This record gives sequence, structure tokens and C-alpha cells, in this order.
Amino acid sequence: MRSVAIIGAGMTKFGEDWERGFRELVTEAGIRALEDAKISGDEISAGYVGTMASGSLVGQEHTGALIADYMGLNPIPITRVEGACASGSLALRQGILAVSSGLHDVVVVGGVEKMTDLDTAAVSQILGGAGDQEWELFLGATFPGLYAMMARRHMHEYGTTEEMLASVAVKNHENGATNKYAQFQNRITLETAMNSKMVADPLKVMDCSPITDGAAAVVLAPMEKALSYSKKPIEILASEQATGTLALHDRKSLTSVNAAKIASERAYKKAGLTPKDISVAEVHDCFTIAEIVATEDLGFFAPGEGGKAALDGRTKIGGDIAVNTSGGLKATGHPVGATGVKQACEISWQLRGERGAGQVKDVEYGLTHNVGGSGATAVVHLYKRGY
Amino acid sequence: MKESISLTWRRIPERYRMMGSVCKTCNTHYFPPRSICPECRRKGKIEPFKFSGKGKVYSFTEIHAPPAGFEKQAPYVMAIVELEEGTRCTGQVVDATKDDIRIGDSVEAVFRKLLSDDPEGPIHYGFKFRLIK
Repeated sequence: MRSVAIIGAGMTKFGEDWERGFRELVTEAGIRALEDAKISGDEISAGYVGTMASGSLVGQEHTGALIADYMGLNPIPITRVEGACASGSLALRQGILAVSSGLHDVVVVGGVEKMTDLDTAAVSQILGGAGDQEWELFLGATFPGLYAMMARRHMHEYGTTEEMLASVAVKNHENGATNKYAQFQNRITLETAMNSKMVADPLKVMDCSPITDGAAAVVLAPMEKALSYSKKPIEILASEQATGTLALHDRKSLTSVNAAKIASERAYKKAGLTPKDISVAEVHDCFTIAEIVATEDLGFFAPGEGGKAALDGRTKIGGDIAVNTSGGLKATGHPVGATGVKQACEISWQLRGERGAGQVKDVEYGLTHNVGGSGATAVVHLYKRGY
Repeated sequence: MKESISLTWRRIPERYRMMGSVCKTCNTHYFPPRSICPECRRKGKIEPFKFSGKGKVYSFTEIHAPPAGFEKQAPYVMAIVELEEGTRCTGQVVDATKDDIRIGDSVEAVFRKLLSDDPEGPIHYGFKFRLIK
């Protein structure tokens, strides 16, 4: 198996984008990634795209063929991959496997979701399909409700507070303010977050990631050839995926996502790294509690200490570990299928030293953590500079 | 989300009577029922099992932004309940606000209208929970 590198990364501005549709978003991200890699379409031999719910959100299935067509890449094979909110990282993983195996040399990976063509209630219903439709959602649960029950249990077991949750949102908005691609580039105060409208107690509006349109793409090549394409290739050290029960109630613990723990343990082992080696991480903060749980599952903090670490500023840029320098899902926005690929873009730019005001100093190793549903799918990638 | 009539009909034993299953090999109870025991897989022996509906609150939330069909009920309490057989399930808690409920409180299943998602479709019934004082 060959080592694989990212030789180009690109994304659209995330946000509520009424002017552009599914195909415009994904082609723009793809072109940006190709331009960043300085390659032409002729050099690409395959593609993978992550999108969770294009059929429900814009009525379009068969998106692999659509993208090949509109990117001008016919007849190369492009395959759609779905794993709820982790679809983007799953597509990345498929691309890595294709290059790593020697089947393909240059592969483009995209993630996209066009969400604002429908109203909020309809979108929420569709996103509910990431959980157990018959035994959670149909009985009255919502996604914020499921994460709220994780938060309640975390508070019960460890004394985590609503202020700790809010501090995650404040930090992610602060980071989003440095990201030109972020949906929200405004700073917020702890008071604003704490006083925002209740969604699913104890989670408030400011504990929740928004509904977003957007796309992101990366170009992959074998590491051994990467320097012939790019001066700054980013080597992917590990790509690990794990699953857990679809329904939250079937998990042994509500205060940890076991699939994420397993995927990260395997990734660290594969790369010969420990959590202490990571200086920048993009984690799946679909809700503030999810970031707290992620920082514990990934081994950055002991179980139960993630909330206090966030409140104490240990996850800020300049803290122990910079978490969600892009602004995370909270401030960058969460076009579900795009998120995993956007995380890979952000880590690539961090390792290349191109994040401007949001740059973390002395970055050696980066991590992405992407979760589907309430934790039934988890994907962890590890990265370092390949130059 | 509108549920098809055949799906509603298919789920009557589980939703009306809390019919689940039990693996006779490892004595793990499942709700909703499963055809394969994840603990024993093909060594497992799955049989139908009717849950008592009694249990304790494992975690809860109060939903303020309800899904379609639940607007009139909001805000309402949802909980993950640990049933006395050791299995956990998700359900609504009736006649309570978040101030009335604590983790560890005893509950029992009650038969209630869940929602009617289509004026021309079936009314969906099933279990919810209520606090036992």
C-alpha cells in the first residue's frame, strides 16, 4: 500500500447561497482544488464525492455522474459515498484507498451539500435520517435532542456546565472570524451564547451548527509522486473508520462516542503518534457538547475534563491544542456532506502555514475527526507535511 | 415525515405492546426486536419478549424546536429510559416539564397517541412514559 498525499485543496464560501445550486457549488470547489494542485482534468483518473441527502434536499440522485459531467471529467468514474454527516470523510477515505492500492494515481475527492432550498423544518426532518428514524425521530426526538441527552449525561457524570458548552461556541466564532470561507465571521460573547433561544434543553441556538450550503474538494496523489505536482504536499498518515449503534440509546455510554475512540486509537497506532503529538485538530462540533466529547475521545483530555478545558481556553489557538481553527461546524457552517472534506482543507492549509490570522504556530501533525449521526460512523485522519 | 400505512401497521406489536426480543444464549433483551444478537451472532437464539415498560430515566431533554407533527406538543420532554430488563429506549415523557424530572426517576410506559402526520392518513399510536411518584 502506497502512502498518499493531498496535493491541492479548495472550497466554496460556506453560507446561505441562494444564487448557486448543487452543481455550481461542487464544480467551484473542484476547480479550486485542481487550480491549487496546478493540474488539469486530463491527469485525474477517478473521483469520490460525499453527499448525505442530495435526493431529499434538491431531488437529485446519481450525483457522481452529474459531477463528472459538469466538471468536464467524463468518462472517469466518480462514485458517491454516504455516511450521514461523515460522508465527506468517507469519500476522502475511498480516495485514499484507491490511490494507496495503486489502482489510481491522481484522484479528486469532493464533499457537497445544498441545504437551503428547503425550509428549516424540512431540512431538520431530512437530517433526522442520520439517526434511527423509526425508534428515535418518529417518537419525537430531534438531532439537537439526542445531543442534548448526551450533554445532560455529561453534566450528570462529570459536572459539565452550560457555561462550558457555551465557551466552545465563543471560541469557534472567534476562529471563524479569521476564516474567509466561514458562514459566520462574527465574534460572540459568552452572555450571547448563554442567553440564546432554547432548542433542546440544555442546548440553545448557539450550541448548534447551522444549515449551510457549501462544497469542498481535495486532490490526492501517491506520496512518491506528490512533489512532482505540488511544492507543499500534505501526507496522510492514517485513515480510520469505525461504526457504532445507529440509535443513541443502544450505546453503553452517552458521554463518549465509542466509534470515534476506536478510529482514533487505530489511527494513532498506524501513524506511531500519541494525542500529545497533535497540535491542530478539526473535530465534529455539530453541537458544542460534541466538541467536548470529541476532545476526550481523541485523548486530548481525560474523560470528563473536556468541558473545563474548553472554558479554560486550552483548545484555543495558542492553548494546549488548537481545536477547530476553521471555526468548526459551528461558525464555518455544516453543509453535511462537505464538512469532512472541509476539515481536510483546513488542516492542509494549517500545515502549509497559509491560514493567515488563524495560523497555529509550529504545526507538525494535524487531525480530522468527522462523525455521522449521533456517533454511528466516525472517521479519523492524521496528517503531516510531505515536504 | 409522513409514515406509510404499511410501516405503521408493521410496527403495531412493538409500538402498542412493547414487543421486543431476547437472546436465550446470553439473556440480552432487545427493544426494538432484533433478528441477530450482536453479542452472540449466529450462536444466539432469538425469541420474542414482551417488555414490562417499567424503567428509570437515564437521560432527558426538553424539546423546544419540534419536528413536523409535534408542534402542538412542544415543549415536551424526551428521555432515554433504561428498562428494568437492562435495555434502553427513547420515548416521550408525558405530564412533565424538565423541572419535574431527574436522572434516575422511575417511569412506566403508557399507551398514547404519538402524532397524526397526515389529515387523510392513520393516527399513530404507541408508547410514551410517565413518572411514577
